[in-house]
Amino acid sequence: MPTKEFTYPAPKGLSENQIGEKMILNIGPSHPATHGVLRLKVELDGDMITRCSPIVGQLHRGQEKLAENMTYNQFVPFTDRLDYLAPMCNNMAFVQCVEKIAEIDVTPRCKAIRVICCELARIASHLVGLAAYAMDAGATTVFMYCFTQREKLMTLFEQLTGARLTNSYARVGGLRRDIPDGWLGNVNNFLNQFPAAVDEIDSLITRNKIFIERTEGIGIVSANSALEWGLTGANLRASGVATDLRKDTPYLGYEDYEFDVPIGVHGDAYDRWLVRVEELRQSARIVKQAIEKMPDGPVNISDPRVAYPQKDRVLRDMESLINNFQVITQGPYIPKGEAYFESENPKGALGFFIISKGGGVPYRLKIRSPSFVSLSAMQEILPGHHFSDIPVILGSFDFVLGDCDR
Amino acid sequence: MSSISFCLLAFSWDSVLGVLLWIVAAIVVLALVMTFAALSVVAERKVCAFIQGRYGPNRTAIPLVAAIPMVGNFLKRNGLMQLVADGAKFLLKEDPLPEHVNKFWYMLAPVMSLSPVLIAACVIPLGVYWSGGEAFPLSAANLDVSLVFALAVSSLGVYGAIMAGWSSNSKFSYHGAIRASAQTVSYELSMWLAVLPVVMFTALDSDNPLNLFEIANAQSGSAWFVLSQPVSALVFLVALFAETNRLPFDMAESETDLVSGYHTEYGSFKFGLFFVGEYGHVAVGSAIFATLFLGAWNPLPWTEWPEAWGWISSVLACLTFLLKIAAMIFFFIWVRWSVPRFRYDQVMSLGWKGLVPLGMLNLVAYMAVSALAY
Repeated sequence: MPTKEFTYPAPKGLSENQIGEKMILNIGPSHPATHGVLRLKVELDGDMITRCSPIVGQLHRGQEKLAENMTYNQFVPFTDRLDYLAPMCNNMAFVQCVEKIAEIDVTPRCKAIRVICCELARIASHLVGLAAYAMDAGATTVFMYCFTQREKLMTLFEQLTGARLTNSYARVGGLRRDIPDGWLGNVNNFLNQFPAAVDEIDSLITRNKIFIERTEGIGIVSANSALEWGLTGANLRASGVATDLRKDTPYLGYEDYEFDVPIGVHGDAYDRWLVRVEELRQSARIVKQAIEKMPDGPVNISDPRVAYPQKDRVLRDMESLINNFQVITQGPYIPKGEAYFESENPKGALGFFIISKGGGVPYRLKIRSPSFVSLSAMQEILPGHHFSDIPVILGSFDFVLGDCDR
Repeated sequence: MSSISFCLLAFSWDSVLGVLLWIVAAIVVLALVMTFAALSVVAERKVCAFIQGRYGPNRTAIPLVAAIPMVGNFLKRNGLMQLVADGAKFLLKEDPLPEHVNKFWYMLAPVMSLSPVLIAACVIPLGVYWSGGEAFPLSAANLDVSLVFALAVSSLGVYGAIMAGWSSNSKFSYHGAIRASAQTVSYELSMWLAVLPVVMFTALDSDNPLNLFEIANAQSGSAWFVLSQPVSALVFLVALFAETNRLPFDMAESETDLVSGYHTEYGSFKFGLFFVGEYGHVAVGSAIFATLFLGAWNPLPWTEWPEAWGWISSVLACLTFLLKIAAMIFFFIWVRWSVPRFRYDQVMSLGWKGLVPLGMLNLVAYMAVSALAY
């Protein structure tokens, strides 16, 4: 029985009497185009999408509830599993929210290291995002080129934290440990060859005629509707809204670094590509500056109620051992209060809202994940496009289901 | 001319021997296409690895064979044992027959996809053989209209896709089949528009211009058609990419939106047939392109292997032709791993608004040229 009437919203460029029988198609949760366990229920008229509803939650782990039963530092590994392509950024965002309640000001060295970690994670995340995007458009070689660079970053993370993907590097009031000897030199080596690699990726696909035809004018989000849907990060900037939390509400001393915020003009998939490619270069610029003016000093604050004592002292004197035991078992002492902190993550603004009743365990924790917001906009963006545009548009928004479903 | 003219037939007209030779020739062609299809799978993986800065398959080792000094290591390093492993996997895996499919058409589709390629390969002249001052083509069958036959039969392969897509009873397969059929039918037209000027040029000094052997002969010792008709060659090449469903035109199985297109529901050996069919199609398409535009078995434009060398020339001609096919397959792979994929409607508009008008203009231009030449 063909349905003749339109449901929400009408596809662009089609009048009502052109609509025949529609097909309901489930894309996902296991499908090559969905970047994880996303399920899209789309209504197709021939090759045209007339309706789309993203169905999320397949990766739901109840992280917000889990947080209520563990200390702040125990929750850090859980933040790795949010946006698992940029775990460092999540770590830093979470501990900064906790530090905001306790009004802790971390040491300058800690801030600089955190900036390096965040920006390297941004590069790594954008590389995967661009790689998956290019592969969705059919350019598999770009995928490998991006992953070659990302592999180098993974090695750097491994040298720093001992883990390639689940870094868990941040702690309330500081970091897990100081950077190892020679690590900054390795980062510098990476940065020296990185701009040429970005140029190579750029020249391989950015001005490719087929790629431009696939992405230009596709998945347009106007500045207004981007703000209405609550898009953040590169997706919002591609729509022409110049917001970047690193500039607007600087944290970690971002105000001391020189970098540009690229913005798009049309808000289409191609603009989102261009913005991300430029952000790669800007992030590399920030890391370069951070290495140059890396301050000396401790990475952890000296407040014994929050930070761990130094390991060699724990092995030598009794008080430090007791202190270590207390911070680990009871958690860092955070006074009563609540705070919302948002940081500029690669996928958008990742926000943590934490209520503390005092002590080492959060009373309530809420996560504002950028991927969830990007995905919720799909129901408005996808209708009116071709079936083959789905992977390109999904790829251009660069979301991660671990972040969306939490 | 229309008789079976495998090289050895020049010696004997005994009918029993003739039939036997016919069978041998068919097996040779079959083996050749299959070998090319299999080697292109390895080449695809190796060349793509080369393009992407990887090693590609170099670990698979077959016991005993890998132990042979030098040879075993060579085969292993170049991924040739991976080929055997892949083939064995297709054969040995469980062959599922989904509940929801239309069984007859579902089983027939892979056969329908592969067999046209093998049939079309029979009429392609692989080389030339001289006997008594007359040149004979080295082909399993030499039809008067071998060009028409080869193109017509190889385009039947799309029925395999349609059958598979429809009988699989899956929405993804169905979409893939629709795309495959629309695309193949559209590009057929531009392909023919590109072929006609070649036929016209051949007709200037041949009374049988629809024969692939005559077309190849027309390029012996003179300019190849890719030089004298570059536009035809371009249109034919683009249409060939579309016909063989290769990237940037692999609409029928674009894995990012259609999972795997028309063969989504296939597994095991049935999928293997589709797989071999695709590469066979590439090999046969390359052979047709090489015959039409790249001077077939001639080593360089304005040259040819001298008739005086006898069978040595024949062997060299054969090798030249196979080398050209290999080069074409490399080109196919190169393009596939370098460019993104078109969107379905862009493929159709390129076909109808780009290639068809271009082919027509080209045809009219060459009609004028050949009219003047007469």
